[in-house]
Amino acid sequence: MSEIKFKPETMAQVEAIIKRYPEGRQKSALLPILHLAQEEFDNWLDVPVMDYVASILSIEPIEVYEVASFYTMYNLKPVGKYVLEFCKTGPCCLVGAEKIQDYIQAKLGIKVGETTADGMFTLKTVECMAACGYGPMMQVGDHYYERLTEEKVDRIFDYFRNTDPSKVYKTDPLTVAGLN
Amino acid sequence: MGAKILLEHIDKPGIRGYDVYRQNGGYRAVEKAVKTMTPDEIVNEVKTSVLRGRGGAGFPTGLKWSFIDKSNPTRYLVCNADESEPGTFKDRYIIQYIPHLLVEGMIVSSFALGANTAYIYMRGEFRWLFPILQKAIDEAYANGFLGKNILGTGYNLDLYVQSGGGAYICGEETALLESLEGKRGNPRIKPPFPAIKGLYGCPTVVNNVESIAVTPWIVNNGGAEYAKLGTEKSPGTKLISACGNINKPGVYEIELGLPVEEFLYSDEYCGGIAGGKQLKACVPGGSSVPILPGELLLKTAAGTPRNMSYESLSDGGFATGSMLGSGGFIVFDENACIVRNLWNFASFYHHESCGQCSPCREGTGWMEKVLHRIEHGHGNQGDIDLLVDIAKKIEGNTICPLGDAAAWPVASAIRHFRDEFELHVKHPELVRHHYMNDYVAPALHTA
Repeated sequence: MSEIKFKPETMAQVEAIIKRYPEGRQKSALLPILHLAQEEFDNWLDVPVMDYVASILSIEPIEVYEVASFYTMYNLKPVGKYVLEFCKTGPCCLVGAEKIQDYIQAKLGIKVGETTADGMFTLKTVECMAACGYGPMMQVGDHYYERLTEEKVDRIFDYFRNTDPSKVYKTDPLTVAGLN
Repeated sequence: MGAKILLEHIDKPGIRGYDVYRQNGGYRAVEKAVKTMTPDEIVNEVKTSVLRGRGGAGFPTGLKWSFIDKSNPTRYLVCNADESEPGTFKDRYIIQYIPHLLVEGMIVSSFALGANTAYIYMRGEFRWLFPILQKAIDEAYANGFLGKNILGTGYNLDLYVQSGGGAYICGEETALLESLEGKRGNPRIKPPFPAIKGLYGCPTVVNNVESIAVTPWIVNNGGAEYAKLGTEKSPGTKLISACGNINKPGVYEIELGLPVEEFLYSDEYCGGIAGGKQLKACVPGGSSVPILPGELLLKTAAGTPRNMSYESLSDGGFATGSMLGSGGFIVFDENACIVRNLWNFASFYHHESCGQCSPCREGTGWMEKVLHRIEHGHGNQGDIDLLVDIAKKIEGNTICPLGDAAAWPVASAIRHFRDEFELHVKHPELVRHHYMNDYVAPALHTA
C-alpha cells in the first residue's frame, strides 16, 4: 500500500476546516475530515487511514474509531465503485420502495450489504433521507435519485456502467441522462 | 389561501441567488436589526410572536433565547439542519430553493443572542446541498452581511456549515452539539441546558432551520403581526411536508389553523388520496407522533373538525389525538399495513438508538423482533400486550426523547388498530402480503 497522505489540495481543505473552530477544538473537524478521507482513499476507512486522521488532529486513534463506527456514512469495509444507498423507511415503502428494492437485488444479483462481482455496485439500505414525498429513492454519490421506477433504475445503472468514472461526479446525471 | 411568510417569493426565478433575493426585500431584516435594534429588542419581538420551535417539540423560540447565559461573552447559535425524522423534508426545501432566507435568519438570530460564531449542522447525506448553502454564505460575506464589522456597526459574525455523518440522533440538540465537537452523537444529561452549557461548554442556542428562517420576517414586521396569523396558541405559518398515499406529495406552507380536511383533500395541497382509494390512517407530525385512524384525523373524538395546529392535533391527548410535531404528514391508504409500518418504524428506532440507555437500546430491539414475527405470521397470543408493556417501560426512562419517540407509535398503533394486530397473530393466512402497500383487510366475518 502506498503512503497514506492527503493530496496537497485536500490538505488545504483540511486546514481550512480546522480554522472554523476555536483554538484547541480541532477535534470538531473530525466528521468533515473523515468524509474527505473516505473520498480520497477508495471510499472506505481502513485503520491506517483513521490513524492518519488522528495524527492530523492530534487526537487518539480510538477517538476516530469510535466516531467512524457510530455514523452510518463511513464505510469500515471496502465497497464497490458506486454505493447505492437505498431508503427503506416507512414513507418510501408506502409508495413502493420494497418492490423496487427487490428489483434492484434481482437485477444486480446481490443482497443488501453485498457488492457485485465486477466491483461496480454495493447495495446498502439506509434510514430516512428526507425525501419522503419523492420516494422510492436512493442516493448514489452526491445525488438523490427520486421517484424510482424499475425502468428508471435500469437507466441509472446503464449510466454508471457506461460513463467514464472520472466524469461521473463532475456532471449532473439528472440532466445529462434525463434521469429525473 | 393563507399567508405566506417563508415561501412568499419561492416562485421568483433566481431567488436562490443573492441578487434576486435582495431585490425582493432580502437582508432588510439584517439592516434593520444591526442598525436600529438592540439584541434584547429582537428577543422581545420573537417572544411576542409566540413562534414555536419548528423542529418538532414546539418549544417557544423567544423563551429559549431568553434563557441564554449572557454573563459569558462567548455564545453560539447552532442551526439544526439534521432533518431526518421520517416524513419530514421541509428544511431541505428551504436550503435547496431559498438558502439566503436561512443565512439572513442566522445573522439576525446570532445578533440577538450576541453570538459571533454560528454553525449550521447539516446532515451529511445532504452533501449535494452544501455547495448551494455555501454559495449563499459566500455571497452574504461578499456583500458585507457576514464577517467583520457588519454594515459598519462593529458587529462581527462568522458562519460555517458543518457536515454530519449519518445519525438520526444528532437531531437531538445535545447529541448534535456532541457531534459538532467531533464525538459520537450521545445526548447529554440535562440540565445543564445548552443555553447555559452548550457548545464547548459555552452558552448555546440550537434552533431548527424553519424557526431561524422565520426570524427575518418577525424583525421586519414585528412579533405582534406574526402573532395575528394562525391561531392563538399556534401563531404563524408552518411548512408541512406531505407524503405517503396522496396525489400531490410535497412541501406546503400553511397558515396554522387550516382544517385538516381541506389540507388533505383540496387541490391546493395534498389533492386527496392517490388512486381514488380510501384514507385509512395518518401520522401527522413525523414518525414519532401517534398514528390516527382516518376518522380521528378529520374530527376529534368529540366530533369537532380538526385543524392543522398544535392544540387541535393534540386534542384528546394520546388516547384520541396526536401532535403537529415536525410537520411530517404521512398518509396511509386502505392498502397500507399498519403492522408492517410499525415494524418498519421499530426497526428505524432500533437502528438509530445511540445505545446509552438500556431501556431504549434493548427495548427498541425487542419491539422490532416481536413486530417482525407478528408481521411474518409467527406471532404469539401474548405478543401484542408484550409490545405495549415494552413501550411503557421505555417511555420516560431515557436521557433523550428518542425512547419516547420509539414508544409512542407502538402504543397508538395498537390502541387504534388492535384488530389488525390480532388478525396477524390469529389468522396470518388471511393477511398474507409482501409489501407495506399491498395489504387487503379480510372481511371480518371470514375471520
